[in-house]
Amino acid sequence: MTVSRDNSKAVYQGIKDAGIRSISALPETWLVYLLQLASNDPEMTLIEVAKEEEAIGIATGAYFAGEKHVLLMQNHGFLAAINGIVSLAQSYKIPLCMLIALRGHWGEPYPWHTRGGIVTEEVLRALQVPFEYARDPALVGRQIREAYTFSQSSLWPVALLLTRDLMED
Amino acid sequence: MQRAKCIEAIYPELHDKLVVTNMGACAQELYDLGHRDNFFYLQHAMGLASSIGLGLAQSLPGVRVVVMDGDGSVLMNLGTLATLARYKPANLVHIIFDNGSLLSTGGFPSHTADGTTDLAAIARGAGVPHVDSVSTAYDFMEAAADAFARAALSVIVARVDATGPDHYGMHFQLPENAFLFKRWIAGNIKGSEE
Repeated sequence: MTVSRDNSKAVYQGIKDAGIRSISALPETWLVYLLQLASNDPEMTLIEVAKEEEAIGIATGAYFAGEKHVLLMQNHGFLAAINGIVSLAQSYKIPLCMLIALRGHWGEPYPWHTRGGIVTEEVLRALQVPFEYARDPALVGRQIREAYTFSQSSLWPVALLLTRDLMED
Repeated sequence: MQRAKCIEAIYPELHDKLVVTNMGACAQELYDLGHRDNFFYLQHAMGLASSIGLGLAQSLPGVRVVVMDGDGSVLMNLGTLATLARYKPANLVHIIFDNGSLLSTGGFPSHTADGTTDLAAIARGAGVPHVDSVSTAYDFMEAAADAFARAALSVIVARVDATGPDHYGMHFQLPENAFLFKRWIAGNIKGSEE
C-alpha cells in the first residue's frame, strides 16, 4: 500500500477551497504529500512543530490574528496534544479544525499503531470533540469546509479523521 | 532581581504590542499593573505561551509580540525553542523569567534551580539568533530595549527571585480574556480582519 498522491491533492485542494492559508503540522507518512504541497505553495504558511501540543498554541495565535488555520497531525500526535486541547482550546473557547490521520485502524499492518488507533475515537468522545470520517476524495473538500465552519461557530475543537480508504491507494 | 520589577520596567512599552504570559505569578503581576486588552494570560496549558506567540508573530509580521514565560513552563515544552529558531519570527521577543522554582504550583525546585540546566544555552543550541542571560534589573531593561528594537527573534533569560504576589484573581473569566484579546487585534491591527 502506498500513500495516495491523488487523494492527498484532493485534501489539499479542499483546504485551499475552504480559504485556509495557514497550516501547523507534524510530518507523518500519510501527510507527506499534503505537506509537500503546502511547503511548495507560496500562498500557504506552514509551521512544522517538534511535538503536536505546540500546534494547539500556534493555532490559537493564528485564530487571534484572524488567520484561517488547520492542524494536520497523526492520531498519536492528537493524543500527545490533549492537555493543550483541554486547558487552552476548550478553557478559552478557541476553535480548532484538526485533520487527523487515523492510523492503527482497519487494515493496519503495524502493531505500534494499533493501540492508538483503537482508543482514538473514544478519547475524542471523552473530550466531547465532534468528529467525522473522511473516506471519499469527492467529498473531503466539503467535509473540510464544514469542519472549519463548525469549529468557528461552536468555538470548539472539531476533528476530521483521515482514513486509510482516503489516504492509501 | 524581582520579576514584578522587571515587568513594571517594560510595562510602558507594552501598550502597542501583543503580550502573552504564562500562568500564575507572571500573569498576575502584569495584570496588577493594569490590564489592557492586548494582554493574554494563559492560566494553564503550561509551555504553550510561546507557541501562541509564534502563531501570532507568523500571522501578523508587522506587530511586535512579547511572550513572558517561566522556567517551569518552558521546561514542559523545550521543543518550542527549536520551532521558534526554525521559523525565526523577527517580531517575537520571548522573555523567560527563571526563578528556579515551580512557584505557582507549590514552590518545588525546577531543573534550573541549582544552575545545572541553562535555558539560555538551550535556546542558543536550538538556534535562536539573539539570546541574553541577565540577572540585574539594569541588564534586563537594556536587553529588553534591544530586543524590542531589533528585527530578529530574541530570547531573554532573566534570573529572578522565587517570589510572587500575595493574591490571585482577575475580573474576567478565561474566555472573556480571549474574546477581548481577539477583538483588540481586529480593531487595532491592519490585516487581522476576517
